[in-house]
Amino acid sequence: MSKISDAFSHGKAFVGFITAGDPTLDTTKEIILKMAQAGCDLVEIGIPFSDPIAEGPVIQNANIRALSNKVTTDDVFEMTSEISGKIDIPLAYMTYLNVLFRYGYDRFLEKARNAGISGVIIPDLPFEEKDELSSVASKYGIDVISLIAPTSEERIKTIAKNAEGFVYEVSSLGVTGVRSEIDTDLRKLTGAIKSETDVPVAIGFGIGTPEQAKKYAAFADGVIVGSAIVNIIAEYGKDAPDKVYEFVKSMKDAIKDI
Amino acid sequence: MSKGRYGIHGGQYIPETLMNEIIKLENAYEKYKNDPEFVAELDKLNREYAGRPSLLYYAENMTKDLGGAKIYFKREDLNHTGSHKINNVLGQCLLAKRMGKTRVIAETGAGQHGVATATAAALMGLECEIFMGKVDTERQALNCYRMELLGAKVHPVTTGTMTLKDAVNDAFKEWVSRVDDTLYVLGSVMGPHPYPMIVRDFQSVISREARAQILELEGRLPTAVMACVGGGSNAMGMFYNFINDKDVRLIGCEAAGRGVDTGETAATMATGTLGVFHGMKSYFCQNEYGQIAPVYSISAGLDYPGVGPEHAYLKDTGRAEYVPVTDDEAVDAFEYIARTEGIISAIESAHAVAHLMKIAPEMSKDDIIICNLSGRGDKDVAAIARYRGREINE
Repeated sequence: MSKISDAFSHGKAFVGFITAGDPTLDTTKEIILKMAQAGCDLVEIGIPFSDPIAEGPVIQNANIRALSNKVTTDDVFEMTSEISGKIDIPLAYMTYLNVLFRYGYDRFLEKARNAGISGVIIPDLPFEEKDELSSVASKYGIDVISLIAPTSEERIKTIAKNAEGFVYEVSSLGVTGVRSEIDTDLRKLTGAIKSETDVPVAIGFGIGTPEQAKKYAAFADGVIVGSAIVNIIAEYGKDAPDKVYEFVKSMKDAIKDI
Repeated sequence: MSKGRYGIHGGQYIPETLMNEIIKLENAYEKYKNDPEFVAELDKLNREYAGRPSLLYYAENMTKDLGGAKIYFKREDLNHTGSHKINNVLGQCLLAKRMGKTRVIAETGAGQHGVATATAAALMGLECEIFMGKVDTERQALNCYRMELLGAKVHPVTTGTMTLKDAVNDAFKEWVSRVDDTLYVLGSVMGPHPYPMIVRDFQSVISREARAQILELEGRLPTAVMACVGGGSNAMGMFYNFINDKDVRLIGCEAAGRGVDTGETAATMATGTLGVFHGMKSYFCQNEYGQIAPVYSISAGLDYPGVGPEHAYLKDTGRAEYVPVTDDEAVDAFEYIARTEGIISAIESAHAVAHLMKIAPEMSKDDIIICNLSGRGDKDVAAIARYRGREINE
């Protein structure tokens, strides 16, 4: 079992997302530590990109803040290697394909592995294009996480059968961001995915409250939360680590006994 | 390798949410492109609504004044809505109707594609929303209001450089949010497959006509054909039916802004590197970490940090040449063609005219150049006046 899949073996998993370098790389490190202490099972570290087309305004603004701090991919590698030894949960990078492509897939993935990264999540890399990256990633034992959307329909089977690490189930149409209502029949979609694969399934996009987390963790293996955490960081800046800790703990508490 | 490749370029690098929609679009296009009823309907619209075929005009004054090659202009500026963009939107909106869509969205830079989309939507009874960078809504205010007159809703985009790239970002985001009833009518030979192919096919009418027209007028093929290149739709349309005529030079003129060595440029071919963005692998202006660069050109339509994948391939193979043209050169050409031929061309097209002015005098009287005048310049008059230090009210 991969290190990423392993994150789902202690009950329902909480997956948290933050953008590296927002507001500073030192604060990012502190937040990751606090998230791990609060019971987070897997941290997605966003490498900032100039044009994040899958993101809503909250995470897009975090990308802009990090880039205006001149945070580079090399800085993120360095930050990651400083933190990964201090925690025992897996880490994944979330970014856009051009960040990896321009760096060179081999060079990027080797540095990512050496920094302690176990997976990558690339929203603009659909199944049809995945091979160019996953053929290289497998050399370094890094999972390329597949996404499945409410519009995937008959594609679910192919994507799920080839999934590694976990399946990122996109809850809704549209971009990332907290939503009060999610229209998709997620129980049905999750069931359709699970009938094709034993790889864990986590639901993301739009989840921001313990109630929502509990609702979806009832049938999924975990929930992914990004914008709600990034909102806290936007509000509290360098004082965010303790606030993020409280939030993650409340989310994890809501799902751990399901 | 996936579908829609031009050498190493192209592909479908988009979020999973859009994949089924892109596949549906491709299937619909394959089904209808040779469907006699669809072809007849598009042909009728092209003739009776858009005003095709467009003229191939012999520019005698410029030919004499520049003293070299014989110069022809393909007059896409005389199409309904004032540019080549109508060729593509009539096809795509007709396709949208066949797919059962009731709403179209589009990005626009100079506003020409937005106006064309709003026009076709008005004609065909489709709801229409246009994404336009806030900077562009200001420098192309006239086109912005035209779209509203045509019943479209214009969304000013306030992220990033607030220009064409950001308008494309937001159009994609809107499409991800609402795919059921909506088709994204992409305006250039860019984005994920099948867009580069669909837009090229609909624009290839330009060179299909031009090739027949020049053979009839001159009894031989031109020495060179040329066009301005942003994303590259009018250039692809101008090049396409000449690609197999190996002796015909294909010349694309991209926007150098204040110069390719200034950083304030949009010359992707001259300064860009291989990357993956907006759904395609191609050349992009970007830094060493793959962050897309803020680009600049006086021309809102060419102010884009990438280029269509088939152009990238034509560059790699050496079949086409790409040259940078600065703001200053384009503005000089804008004024020159107005004075010399009585044609107010779009500032985008003036980039091609500027390079034409450089190469025509070096060629012989037996040479023939066809330059695509992709659009008319009414929309640019106020901005050119400002460039020359005159404030005029639009």
